[in-house]
Amino acid sequence: MSGRKLARIVLVVVFVGLISVPLVMKKLAARRAQANATIGEKAALNRYGFHLEEVAKASGVNFKHQAPTLDHRLDHIMPQVASMGAAVSVVDFNRDGWADLYVTNSGEGSKNALFKNNHDGSFSDVAADVGLADLNQAGTGVSMGSVWGDYDNDGYEDLFLYKWGKPELFHNDGGQKFTRVTEKAGLPAWVNANTAIWFDYDRDGRLDLFLGGYYSEDVDLWHLKNTKMMPESFEYAKNGGRKYLFHNLGDGAFEEISQKAGIDTRRWALAATVADLRGSGQQDLFIANDYGISELYFNDGKQFREVGNETGVGFSPKSGMNASVGDVLNQGRFAIYVSNISEEGVLIQGNNLWVPRDGTTGDAIKYDNLAREMDVEIGGWSFGAQFGDMNNDGTLDLYLVNGYVSADRNQNYWYDFSKIAGGNSTIISDAAHWPAMDGRSLSGYQQKKVWLNDGAGRFINVAQAVGASDVFDGRSVVMVDLWNRGVLDVVVANQRGPLLIYKNHVTQENKWIDFELEGATSNRSAIGAEVRLFWDGHQQVQQVSGGNGFCSQSQRRLHFGLGKNPQIEKAEIRWPSGKIETLQKPTSGQVYRVKESA
Amino acid sequence: MSESTIQPVRAATLDVPVSRGSWIGLNNRYIPPLFITFILVVGHLFYGILESYERTALAIVCALVTELVLGRIFFGKWLNLSSAYISGISVGILLRSPAFWPYALCSVLSIMSKYVLRVKGRHLWNPSNFGICVLLFLAPETVAALSVQWGNYKWPLLVIWILGSVIIYRAKRIHISVTYVASFFAFAFLRSWITGDPWFAEVAPITGPMYQLFVFFMVTDPRTTVSTRRGRIVVVAIVALVETLIRLAGDFQLPLLRPFYVSPPILALSIVGPIAMWWDLRRKAGTPVS
Repeated sequence: MSGRKLARIVLVVVFVGLISVPLVMKKLAARRAQANATIGEKAALNRYGFHLEEVAKASGVNFKHQAPTLDHRLDHIMPQVASMGAAVSVVDFNRDGWADLYVTNSGEGSKNALFKNNHDGSFSDVAADVGLADLNQAGTGVSMGSVWGDYDNDGYEDLFLYKWGKPELFHNDGGQKFTRVTEKAGLPAWVNANTAIWFDYDRDGRLDLFLGGYYSEDVDLWHLKNTKMMPESFEYAKNGGRKYLFHNLGDGAFEEISQKAGIDTRRWALAATVADLRGSGQQDLFIANDYGISELYFNDGKQFREVGNETGVGFSPKSGMNASVGDVLNQGRFAIYVSNISEEGVLIQGNNLWVPRDGTTGDAIKYDNLAREMDVEIGGWSFGAQFGDMNNDGTLDLYLVNGYVSADRNQNYWYDFSKIAGGNSTIISDAAHWPAMDGRSLSGYQQKKVWLNDGAGRFINVAQAVGASDVFDGRSVVMVDLWNRGVLDVVVANQRGPLLIYKNHVTQENKWIDFELEGATSNRSAIGAEVRLFWDGHQQVQQVSGGNGFCSQSQRRLHFGLGKNPQIEKAEIRWPSGKIETLQKPTSGQVYRVKESA
Repeated sequence: MSESTIQPVRAATLDVPVSRGSWIGLNNRYIPPLFITFILVVGHLFYGILESYERTALAIVCALVTELVLGRIFFGKWLNLSSAYISGISVGILLRSPAFWPYALCSVLSIMSKYVLRVKGRHLWNPSNFGICVLLFLAPETVAALSVQWGNYKWPLLVIWILGSVIIYRAKRIHISVTYVASFFAFAFLRSWITGDPWFAEVAPITGPMYQLFVFFMVTDPRTTVSTRRGRIVVVAIVALVETLIRLAGDFQLPLLRPFYVSPPILALSIVGPIAMWWDLRRKAGTPVS
């Protein structure tokens, strides 16, 4: 046999071998996925340290989200346009020490709900009693989400409700009633918003408010001037809603200063989060944009500057729909999780887990997307995600909800969607050019992800195994200790679907410690405060958040899992004012209520 | 255009005479790589199109190295790398994946296909077309084809279409591109009539960047198109027809054909191209193949 012939045979063998590489990788992935097979509760508890039990109805919560019906010229694509508004936020509105839930609805005339915790495992909807139910009246728009913060430092959490419509601010009157103070606050007449965050950007001890527009604010989705209200591009759109930064003046009024502060963008914001990403003591702002790149604004105290490209998080345009931060590697630094879209064969954006690069810090901080390396990349049409230690083992896990439009299981709109997604702005931006959905699903009936952190840089999806088996169109997810047991339960708001409450049953072997903070010099909600916990050679940082994920706000109480037999060294609290206080050797199994020293 | 030539390096690069076969002082061989680089640079400067620099670089390097190694082994020479460069850069642009390995694998398979899948000394598939199709069929959970609009600045788009047309015209391949574009628009009318979807929805894909690359680089590849002008016109019209059939399968939700309608033009070419080449080679049987 000649050398050339032999080489040719070798070439063919290698060629066939290479072609089979994707199949081998698929097989390996399938093997990994076996960890997610459905198993019994006991087995889940033994294997993963927790399991989830859906208890909404048993707890007296029977809430089903209704979607809006927009201008009839959008009828042919209504399911995908009227696709948001199911949202949940956590608040202890009456300061009884038990977490309550505020849930938005989006049908015209539908009612929002405030589920008061009855301390006995049940909840009662008291929204109508306190004046927070009937907020979706025709002509005012419909609710998209809510965030809670004590803007006047009176000790009670106030409600900001953002809508596709008129944003509203409600003052909490001692946990008994809510008074509408929108006009006094000076809020705009109409914003099509899908994200808002309370934070004290200038550290003056008063909560300010960021509000992110999605559709342009001059679009009334019920009375369209024309049908050219869609994004001008699937990944490079800049014709979305404007952004607002409301500076709290301290007398109940707010001054809109976004442009003055350097936040001037019309990308399609769907989620935002705020955290001290550089260790500067300032709250930096991260915005996850649909149809484009994410934006990161460094806060220099009074002024913001956009550094997405320099830091690496604003390079590749995707469909950002979630922004949440968590110290996933227990290294005392926040990573940022952004959810996007992945649909087999059509669009594989992959979600982003932006982890700070070793050796970079301060203004020179750089981020690497480690979602693939850490196995939290593919989540379908992903929406809300939250970090939290679900099995109290000392590492942050990740709960992701997904699914866009679940309609006819046998009819798929993706092909139609992909036609228009490639079109020039004159085509894609006009809803009249979009193919009719005709009852088709678009990334519907998707399985959720419960990614368990193994502590060594990898996550494993155990959703089915631990009981998170619903396939509703998930939007907003929060983590909250609903029954003061030292565990994180999960609440999910589903578009056109029920509110789900997953009660978490965690192995008793793993310990925990919680911190409930109250500011004095800092804003009273302590939003922006950080607790850095040191135990058994580990450290983990968490912060009190004024809104994160997608249209959600988890509990303000900070929950740390500790694993077995922990020896806690100290808890370092850094308040938004800059003060640092240290608790030496706190005990596990306790909720520490800490007030900032004056 | 020339994505798939296997030629010894000396004939192409070292002794390039500036003659009637050249344009602005460059041999036509180097126009396509320059043009595709131009598209990449313009696209990235205006829109930031690259998934990442690293992935695109990986695709290009893998294509170049594979071409060098295989050329050395099977031809005993260092081959001209312009066609491998186009293959690599096409993979870097057309393939979308958050992972690195598909870019490397696709580039290597693309180049290898030129050496493995040969009939009468000619390869049948356009290299990057083959590589991308393999990945789309076998790894749809990890890769997708470029399917979204880069952006909406009109001038860069216009420059790319005009410059591309001029270059294709100089390369005497404009009849292929024109036939394809005309067929696409005609079939878009037909699809719109059949499905009831807006005509704009049917023409929307051709305004996207995937089609710019498809029209200028993939469907015009001299080494994987048939030998006669008439034949090329007929073949490319058939490509557009098959694409329309795939698109209608998408419209009517034929589940069996779902793997095809993720990237209709690329898959249509991968079906029609080799059949046409095989038919052409068979027709010319007895005639030495250059």
